[in-house]
Amino acid sequence: MELSRRVSLISGLRYKGGQGMLNWALHRITGLGILLFVGTHVVVSFFGQQFGDDLAFAINGVYESWQFQIFVYFSVLFHAFNGTRLALMDLFPALIRYQVELIWLQWLMFVPVYALPVYIMIQSALSGV
Amino acid sequence: MRSHRAARPSGSFEYGMWLLTRISGLALMLFGAISLGMGFILGGREYLTMPAMIRWMFFPNPNHVINSDIPDVSLGWSNAVWQIYSILMIFLASVHGFNGLRMVVEDYTDRPLLITFLRGLTIVLLLGGVIVAIYVVLAS
Repeated sequence: MELSRRVSLISGLRYKGGQGMLNWALHRITGLGILLFVGTHVVVSFFGQQFGDDLAFAINGVYESWQFQIFVYFSVLFHAFNGTRLALMDLFPALIRYQVELIWLQWLMFVPVYALPVYIMIQSALSGV
Repeated sequence: MRSHRAARPSGSFEYGMWLLTRISGLALMLFGAISLGMGFILGGREYLTMPAMIRWMFFPNPNHVINSDIPDVSLGWSNAVWQIYSILMIFLASVHGFNGLRMVVEDYTDRPLLITFLRGLTIVLLLGGVIVAIYVVLAS
């Protein structure tokens, strides 16, 4: 039987996939976010570098700000950690049984690696360095 | 664990992209680690703020730290080794990213003709992005 792809948003939100579903959704959202950010950033840098375009400098100014960087850093770091877990589970299929434990381990490793630079960024931004 | 092996048809396009996604993803993390280490060697610890350090880790381009007070940003980066390194990073990241876009798009599309058209559009975007990015690297 063919899998139906026409699932409404409501029934999609009601589906209780737990941790795995949350990570799947976050992996997609952060991945598409990174693609959109890197794609526009490359094109905008090209226009800024070649033509000195004002709009290009304005957009890159937003991209360089520490507030925006907190989101970019979250996206890239989460995508990297989750991708590592997926690659490990593909390499060693026996790990799939411990998926939930691996996701908790992933968050346990993610939080300090994410929080420490973000703490330093916010602290130095607020103290005006 | 036979069921996991059976789910992967070997030699097909999908298997190739599946493998490339894993390899490029892990390789990009290695590139990030090398960039971070090189950033420290080039004086990042003393001259760069945390945002500039992270920018440099994501992509080791002199323009990424041009607004910070590091003395000479082009020193050590404007040679063939790091330009090839950057271009390789761009190629892997673009293929990884646009293949991900293709997979998400094809999850929500079931008309074969539309899928063919969107795949063509993705290849055009991929080539355009790679060419522009390589130009930015070589010109900076």
